[in-house]
Amino acid sequence: MSVDQNTVRHIARLARIAVTDEEVAPLAKELSSILDWVEQLGEVNTDNVEPMASVENLALPMREDVVTDGNIQDQVTKNAPGADDGFFAVPKVVE
Amino acid sequence: MTQEAASKLIEGATGAWEVVIGLEVHAQISSNAKLFSGASTEFGAEPNQNVSLVDAAMPGMLPVINKKCVEQAVRTGLGLKAQINLRSVFDRKNYFYPDLPQGYQISQYKHPIVGEGAVLIDLPGGEMKTVGIERLHMEQDAGKSLHDQHPSMSFVDLNRSGVALMEIVTKPDMRSSEEAQAFVRKLRAILRYLGTCDGNMEQGSMRADVNVSVRKPGEPFGTRCEIKNVNSIRFVGLAIEYEARRQIDLIEDGGTVDQETRLFDIKTGKTRSMRSKEEAHDYRYFPDPDLLPLVFSQEWVDEIAKGLPELPDEKRERFIREYALSPYDASVLVSEKAIASFYEEVAETSDPKAAANWVTGDFFGALNKAGLTIESSPVSAKQLSELINLIQDGTISGRIAKEVFELMFDSGDDPAKIVEEKGLRQVTDTGAIEKAVDEVIAANPDKVEQVKEKPKMIGWFVGQVMKSTSGKANPQTVNELLAEKLGVSSDN
Repeated sequence: MSVDQNTVRHIARLARIAVTDEEVAPLAKELSSILDWVEQLGEVNTDNVEPMASVENLALPMREDVVTDGNIQDQVTKNAPGADDGFFAVPKVVE
Repeated sequence: MTQEAASKLIEGATGAWEVVIGLEVHAQISSNAKLFSGASTEFGAEPNQNVSLVDAAMPGMLPVINKKCVEQAVRTGLGLKAQINLRSVFDRKNYFYPDLPQGYQISQYKHPIVGEGAVLIDLPGGEMKTVGIERLHMEQDAGKSLHDQHPSMSFVDLNRSGVALMEIVTKPDMRSSEEAQAFVRKLRAILRYLGTCDGNMEQGSMRADVNVSVRKPGEPFGTRCEIKNVNSIRFVGLAIEYEARRQIDLIEDGGTVDQETRLFDIKTGKTRSMRSKEEAHDYRYFPDPDLLPLVFSQEWVDEIAKGLPELPDEKRERFIREYALSPYDASVLVSEKAIASFYEEVAETSDPKAAANWVTGDFFGALNKAGLTIESSPVSAKQLSELINLIQDGTISGRIAKEVFELMFDSGDDPAKIVEEKGLRQVTDTGAIEKAVDEVIAANPDKVEQVKEKPKMIGWFVGQVMKSTSGKANPQTVNELLAEKLGVSSDN
């Protein structure tokens, strides 16, 4: 499977990763070869095989509906590059 | 096409068009804690106060599902007469936005918890229609961005981030803005009866994405536009009306509808394209590796089903059966849980039919006029039933009762007290009524002549007698006496 340069730009944009024009061509080649490698799995016949969600055959454990967390405003915003009045402050995003 | 269906068509320059509507309703699940964390769901807290390290997407944090949220989703599925899937899977829906700290929303894509169901909607004129439910899945709500607090920054509050949502998706079964509004109204009533969502659209705990397309009747579906995040039933109607007209005009002018996401602007009443989200639709769903499949037993579902309250449709049937109400009155009374409970309390101790008339008539009228809800009504159900009983036992006439009701509404006093204090007790003493009747007859010899030709004129005499007795005379006695004295049949 080959990845063209437009696809590389699109994926980079979706992942919010800045990619320079020089990087696009080599990335396309690298990604293509990774996908080719993974493609080998296609040789295995998986008809009528359920996708495996986990190695263990477990169901999702559940917790009770009790408030046990929160009220840690300072910790939550501690690593934020910008915080103001308890809010995270980010560059303006508006429609 | 039936006559009802034909009346919903929209006239264009090239003939009639049919509008096709499907809805995706986001309803916040009522629970104490969030879907995957132990932080509180309470509305209105200080910014980022109800946020755990899981909700803030700190590295290494793992989600653990809240059992109550699952139960609420199952309960809602049962209320929508839908298929419950004992095994469902959580997926990641990937997109970037500052109020989505994980960079993805945990949602359900291929295997939702609830499958197909149906909702019966009530339309004007007593018409009913079934709207198909495609699915219901659980997902996380996002945080909230505020853009007006700072000149160059947006402020992000993650209190809502991670609160459990149900996304309820309908089939494209609605054909007019009225039908879509009736659906949202009915869905909200069901959720409130079930106690699974407070249905509070002003606070954003329920909001709708509206899919609209148009076509010539009988043709395949047209290209649809999705109007995002409409937050009131009125706006759902306005957005559909505008969007349908926009698409019809566009096609008739030789254009084509682009499949896109649009916003409804409440200031202009128009929808507009959200071009900046063009790329956002590449969500790259995949199963969330942090979460195992959600599996529960049929026994648990049966147990939840046992605890289900009586829902609007069943209540409506029971009201018709037990209280001999008209289908229309019954629909109005069950439209909200609080109204239904109020009505039943009134009907328990008074005539059910009269109770329905009073609740849907004078009572609703007075509440509307005063801008009050049924919860804040100055007249209690018990007081209203007492008033109805005063009419039934002949203590006051129906006309006086309306007066008493207004006084009750203003003062909150019991009806018996008002009747006594104001001396409004109905005169049933035949002697006193006879005297008033005789006076009216004696004072109007010309009318007495006329009534012999036109027996219907007896109504005028009744009116005069009621007037001279300040409405306190028993109308039936007045009628009988007049008929006898004027020599006409009282049936007229």
